[in-house]
Amino acid sequence: MFNVCADPSTLTEFFWVICYLTTAKHFAFYVSFFVVLVLLAIAAPLSLLFGFIATIGTRSSNWFIQIFSKSYINMVRGIPDVVFFLFVPLALDQFFELIRHKIICFDVVEPIWQGTDFVVCKAAKLPLSTADLWVHQLYAFTLALIAFAIVFGAFAGNVLSGAMRSVSKTQTETGAAFGFTQKQIFWRILVPQMWIYAIPGLSNLWMLLIKATPLLFLLGVEDIVYWARELGGSKTSMYAYPHPDWRVYYFAGLLVFYLLMTWASSKVLKRLQIKLSKGQATMAGKELQGY
Amino acid sequence: MSSCWVTLQDYGLRSIGIGERILPKTDITICEQVVLIGSGVIWNIYFGLIAVFFGFWFSIMLAVGKNNKLALFRIPSESIIFVFRGSPLFIQFFFAYEFFVLLPKVGIEFDLGFITLSAETRWLTRAWLGGLIVLFFNTAAYSAEIFYGAIRSVPSGELEAAEAYGITGWSKFWRIIWPSMLRLAWPSYTNEAIFLFHATSLIFFSGFPAWRQSGDALYYANYFADRTFNPFLPYPIVAMYFILLTFVIISIFGVANKYLNRHLDIDQRAKIQLSINILR
Repeated sequence: MFNVCADPSTLTEFFWVICYLTTAKHFAFYVSFFVVLVLLAIAAPLSLLFGFIATIGTRSSNWFIQIFSKSYINMVRGIPDVVFFLFVPLALDQFFELIRHKIICFDVVEPIWQGTDFVVCKAAKLPLSTADLWVHQLYAFTLALIAFAIVFGAFAGNVLSGAMRSVSKTQTETGAAFGFTQKQIFWRILVPQMWIYAIPGLSNLWMLLIKATPLLFLLGVEDIVYWARELGGSKTSMYAYPHPDWRVYYFAGLLVFYLLMTWASSKVLKRLQIKLSKGQATMAGKELQGY
Repeated sequence: MSSCWVTLQDYGLRSIGIGERILPKTDITICEQVVLIGSGVIWNIYFGLIAVFFGFWFSIMLAVGKNNKLALFRIPSESIIFVFRGSPLFIQFFFAYEFFVLLPKVGIEFDLGFITLSAETRWLTRAWLGGLIVLFFNTAAYSAEIFYGAIRSVPSGELEAAEAYGITGWSKFWRIIWPSMLRLAWPSYTNEAIFLFHATSLIFFSGFPAWRQSGDALYYANYFADRTFNPFLPYPIVAMYFILLTFVIISIFGVANKYLNRHLDIDQRAKIQLSINILR
């Protein structure tokens, strides 16, 4: 990084620390914090969308769609989320490769599951073995993102369907009395009014999502946990910057990072809740008006 | 069928080190998967049960501490709750493991001439103790927040009535606040217990090594998925075990809930409903 850092063994303590913290690997570590933020930024709206669609599904008149969305929403209550994080990316990967195999290598007759192996032809591999490293990483990240969206979509579905039930019945009945169709009642009365009931649950979910991001590590993404283990591990004099096992300090740093994230989020969400409570016929809304 | 019986004998208690040492490597049958993953559930139950039992009492202390006016009690309780609720359990496990690994090197070694007590810190790096300690603090922090909320919502009329009768201090807590607090908190606490059991499946993925391949249900499921390249069998088996476990927890906590609500009219009694408000 800096010219001073050319020969680390001659540095004074202060410059050693500066140089140590600005190595290329440390920059990869800092970038991985952005990976977490990007994941949060994409996964949050995506899971909200999944949850919303599932909520609509639970109210469907189609018997199959209803059962499917209800089991989707409820599965997270009985099954640990880690199971999904391990299962979904692997299953999706095989699913994509299977489809590509069927399309690209339709002439291959050998079965795909050979004993304990999953074999697709070379051209159907995802990503291709010739692809750059960043393609592999992007692919792993995308699969992880989908897993997050599926799991947190189910959580969001729980919150949203609860919020929809909380909207006063008189509101929808009034709508029906005025001759609104079911669709109009849903979109013009139910959906606009449900958010205030959903906000506490969704805030909770946001905190959960933040706290679930280190699970990226399990999905083979080079995230902050990966780099903390990599950089913190003891380095012998073979390395430019030898040091004993520092992993505990790196993890302490991650702990602080997450505490700051959740602390700041809780402050912002509290404000948002106060803002949304204004003018509402709830206890919080009444308190704001000074009742 | 008979071969499955043999498998059960070989691997039924494999997760706690009894039975066949070597895990199945080739020609893995469904029976082997069900048995070995089921054997891993023993660990999930062990972690969950002990953490919930001890965490319960500690969480009450934390909740009472947080409710105390004295900063001496309030601030430590609030800090423990904040740290363990505000950070991911996964990172807590990693941090605790690395911390415990460093302990003996830092130099807590009591040489008594004929025996060294450094052996005791060694156990902290094993999942059965180190992981358990993290889970204990974690569930205590989450439950404390629930119990704190419940203490705050004990009807003020009950407290005023108690004071009018001259019930104060310890007996006021034990006879008036405690029963109401438990009753109000119980449905949420049930959920906390369920999700604690779910969280136990993280331990063997977070630094704590599975000694001699003795791991929990998810550890074995992951082993099978890696071996057979077929995630569609082991993970649904884990899911099934956990759904079963969830139902057992709900029914046990349901009995307690019935007991806590026994003095109320039927329509006033709180129902345990699975909600996802408290997760880690």
